[in-house]
Amino acid sequence: MPFPVPSPASGPVPSPAARPGRIALVACGAIARPAAQAAARHGWPIDVHPLPPLLHNHPERIAGEAEHLLDELAGRYDRFAIGYADCGTYGAIDELCERRGVRRLAGLHCYDLLAGAPQMEATFEAEPGTYVFTDFLVESFERTVVRELGLDRYPELRDDYFGHYTRVVWLAQEPTPARREAAQRAADRMGLPLQVVVTGTSRLDEAMADLLDPDDPRPPAAAS
Amino acid sequence: MTPDEILKGLYDETLAGNGPAVLSLTNQALEMKMEPGTLLFEALIPALEEVGARFERGDYFVPEMLIAGKAMAGSMEVLRPLLADTGVQTIGTFLMGTVKGDVHDIGKNLVNIMLEGAGFEVIDLGVQVAPEKFVAAINEHQPDIVGFSAFLTTTMPMFKANLNALEKAGIRDQVIVMVGGAPVTQEYADVVGADGYAADASATVKRAKALLAERRATVNA
Ligand code: B12
Repeated sequence: MPFPVPSPASGPVPSPAARPGRIALVACGAIARPAAQAAARHGWPIDVHPLPPLLHNHPERIAGEAEHLLDELAGRYDRFAIGYADCGTYGAIDELCERRGVRRLAGLHCYDLLAGAPQMEATFEAEPGTYVFTDFLVESFERTVVRELGLDRYPELRDDYFGHYTRVVWLAQEPTPARREAAQRAADRMGLPLQVVVTGTSRLDEAMADLLDPDDPRPPAAAS
Repeated sequence: MTPDEILKGLYDETLAGNGPAVLSLTNQALEMKMEPGTLLFEALIPALEEVGARFERGDYFVPEMLIAGKAMAGSMEVLRPLLADTGVQTIGTFLMGTVKGDVHDIGKNLVNIMLEGAGFEVIDLGVQVAPEKFVAAINEHQPDIVGFSAFLTTTMPMFKANLNALEKAGIRDQVIVMVGGAPVTQEYADVVGADGYAADASATVKRAKALLAERRATVNA
């Protein structure tokens, strides 16, 4: 339900935390930073509220957690959007968006947001054994991949996980020298060759812009 | 060690994913002339079922499940030929593979271990199995059941492609088709026209046995 924006003259004084006129983006922690940077770059009135990125390993919980955060923020914002693609929820995010009348980012994964869906399709078609990095994954590799998959405790599991993989493709938003080094180190750890595809952030910016237009009748999933 | 202690040790070490301990206890048990079937049904399978339950509850995640599965698989290597020798009958043949375009296989491998434990002969075609390859393998091995495993939204449609290939080859009615994998639901299985679906390894065993019994009852009727 839209939150009535209190007018300074008559209505109740907004609580200090209320953010009238701004949009709350309930976002995956894996894209929270680039999303906030995009908003800052373009001067969009978006506040990013991240959820833990590791929820990705439990996709059945994503929609519920997102809804919970929407509820928590309900009194403070009058507009909301979801900073997830489908992300392995297999439609649960779309169901939530429909129910709450909010939009989400287009595509299946954040990889689609960075490189475009056709490019991702071609990437997996060319080599099904492709593991994808984003800048986030490169920087958080130790935590989100190594520790989550237990490779720190059981290094012998490496081939059980990655034995059928043939390469890593890094969708580089900002390939700084430090990130290049980290990406190479991570790929080495997986025992796979690294390919770098510089995507920049223009597609993510477009996807974010799509969340902003209040009069756009297109359903969010189609807006790309 | 008494047989009870061995069984308890096997159960605990499988749960903890301690492969070397599971193997050594298996060998110790066999030296003590314990029955392979006893080790399987009273320690290994219950342990892996508990692993599944812990995963379900969120107490275990993928690595714990993986090391437990591998520990049990190591013991199965030793027990498999003995189980065959002691005349424990194969209850059916299960042909399994991850569909084309997909290389996720942890879930599939766990299902295989449990199926084997339950007495199925399992033929694993591995990952990225194309429809033609499923057809050829069905013709070659004449399995009772074929299982398709998929994990990505983009590879789930391969279930339908596989079923179409079976249809075209005129062998759809020869086999029971089961589908599974993290994103798969009963509803999706129904839509593509599979005969069965199961959400985890223990459920797969139950469902496979039930489907097989149904099929044999109709064939014999
Ligand atoms: C472990 C994992 C991986 C491992 C896989 C290692 C391996 N060798 O399999 C690694 C890290 C390599 C990986 C890679 C990728 N993954 Co992955 N992965 C997972 C994760 C976390 C767990 C899957 C798993 O193994 N579960 C444990 C097993 C035991 O459970 P299960 O698979 O469900 O299997 C059980 C049942 O499904 C059933 N079952 C399984 N098969 C069958 C078959 C039959 C016939 C039957 C009846 C039953 C049955 O029984 C099993 C045992 O109980 C899931 C998230 C999740 N929680 O589901 C993501 C997930 C599946 N992955 C995903 C993605 C996106 C990827 C990558 C693209 C990521 C990347 N950065 O590149 C790549 C894939 C690249 C590629 N080319 O395929 C997405 C898929 C989303 C989608 N919309 O398609 C998920 C859902 C994560 C997410 N939320 O984004 N992944």
